[in-house]
Amino acid sequence: MQTILEGRVWTLGRDVDTDQIISGKYLTILDPNELKKHVFEIALPEFAAAAKAGDILVADENFGSGSSREHAPQAMRAIGVGAVVADSFARIFFRNAINLGIPTIEAPGVRAIFSTGDTARIDLGSGRITNVTTGRSIAFPPLPHHLLELLEAGGLVEKVRRELARRRADAAGAGA
Amino acid sequence: MSSGANGHGATLAEKILARAAGVDTPVPGQIVEGNVDLAMMHEQGAQTVAPFRAMGAEKVWDPDRVVVALDHWVPASTEGAAGLHRILRKFAAETHLSHFYDVGHHGICHQILAEDGWVVPGDLAVGTDSHTNMLGAMGAFATGIGPTEMAAVLALGQLWLKVPSSLAIEVRGTFGPGVTAKDLILRILGEVRTTGAAYRAVEFSGPTIQRLSMPERFTICNMTTEMGAKAGMVAPDAATFDYLRSIAKHAMHPLSPDADARYERRIAIDVEGMPPMVACPYSPDNVRPLPDVAREHVRIDQAFLGSCTNARIEDLREGAALMKGQKVHDGVRFIVSPASTKIYEQCLKEGIIEIFTEAGAVFTNSSCSACFGGNMGILDREEVCASSSNRNFPGRMGAKEARIYLMSPAAVVASAIEGEIADPRAFA
Ligand code: SF4
Repeated sequence: MQTILEGRVWTLGRDVDTDQIISGKYLTILDPNELKKHVFEIALPEFAAAAKAGDILVADENFGSGSSREHAPQAMRAIGVGAVVADSFARIFFRNAINLGIPTIEAPGVRAIFSTGDTARIDLGSGRITNVTTGRSIAFPPLPHHLLELLEAGGLVEKVRRELARRRADAAGAGA
Repeated sequence: MSSGANGHGATLAEKILARAAGVDTPVPGQIVEGNVDLAMMHEQGAQTVAPFRAMGAEKVWDPDRVVVALDHWVPASTEGAAGLHRILRKFAAETHLSHFYDVGHHGICHQILAEDGWVVPGDLAVGTDSHTNMLGAMGAFATGIGPTEMAAVLALGQLWLKVPSSLAIEVRGTFGPGVTAKDLILRILGEVRTTGAAYRAVEFSGPTIQRLSMPERFTICNMTTEMGAKAGMVAPDAATFDYLRSIAKHAMHPLSPDADARYERRIAIDVEGMPPMVACPYSPDNVRPLPDVAREHVRIDQAFLGSCTNARIEDLREGAALMKGQKVHDGVRFIVSPASTKIYEQCLKEGIIEIFTEAGAVFTNSSCSACFGGNMGILDREEVCASSSNRNFPGRMGAKEARIYLMSPAAVVASAIEGEIADPRAFA
């Protein structure tokens, strides 16, 4: 996994909940490519059409609160969002996004140093996010080892796939 | 009640996670691998199937510990929903998930877990719904997860958890007439706010909590989700054991916090003299005393008595007692949706359905109904709803401009009668 990420920034306010990311009427959609057309319809209506792979979302406090719907990070992954950074996250969103392999970073104070259209550079290893456009930067606590591993594997699916394969190999070895 | 290995006692959350992970009392921040006692999926479970297959999993770790309950769109109200139901039925058949609450035996997933005794004291329970917190009322650690994570749970029977720090909320005092557990949790939300318990566990205690019935405890723990909490719980006591006596599905491991447990924060609440409360748009923590809002004559277009927060038989009985002999106000659509099919049947027996329909309400089959804006009872722009549910974010029940006021079942019925946000105590 790349430990330095760079991308164009979209900013969002505080308490952007999952209803504002993907509203209830789209919850029966399973295809992420269909979902991505509706992402942020309420919170940031221009995003879905204009966002590009590698773009970085920078939000204020309590991003992703509300329901456990994974549609929200799935739509972001389908767009190819490079990272989601926020002053703070709601817990289920944070887990879902990391489980899908999206770098998800809690960096208190980050929203204040970015405007939409700026370029952000994130150093996952050392824990620093820089606004390349203005030169301002702040530090954040690097992700715990366990979560970096998860991102490195490309998400939870791949991590569990490896774990199950290892168990099967162990079982076969024990039987031999 | 003694000090543990950490030099002080353990919270309820720490004790349950220690048991689930088979480790000594963990400290907040520590990551543990917990063995899951109960996993629940609703329609969102349809999204676990693809990752479960992609993981190369062949079977579910323990089909007896998995419950599937259809609730959001029941019976299927769109083609998309029908697709989710079909995927789940097929997956359940292939992986031998026999505890499947299909249409006709359905109910809101959390209510199903509660009324059929699927979660018991000491359990680590996970569900594909954020309000899984409700089951913490059983003295369990119950939390919501996403579908990819659920796929990992189905494959391994385990999940990683960061041990949360805990908030202790101690409640004393007696509710006045017309004041309920819903008013209490709204008041607490007004103080703790939507981020005040983020990533944390919340433990409720004190004489008022001990006097609450299990349904009232469900209401309280349900809305710890709105505080951002990972889990909300009440230590098990006689009320818990009585409730579960004849329905518990597996062995209990009752645990209680130590007297010298370490809490990040202690909050004391006294409910003496507390009025009914209401959460105003657009956040569940935008809480005001209901009489203040009632004085502003806020006209409503819709009233909703339903959801996992407040649609149990006790809520519907209370609502029916106020509704009896009254009429729903002209121009108000009043939707009443019981939390499960069992509750529906009970309402039928007790004449509750008749009371509501005679008054001009729509009494629906059991489902999440109008709660989430994807099934029925959708609000248009400019519309206002008085609701017994748990969320009032922009767009929650339809149009993003629609305004939702959260309140107790009694207050919803009073508002349906008056055609505006009303104090239920005027009807006593
Ligand atoms: S009733 Fe509402 S809050 Fe409860 S599970 Fe259904 S949609 Fe979610």
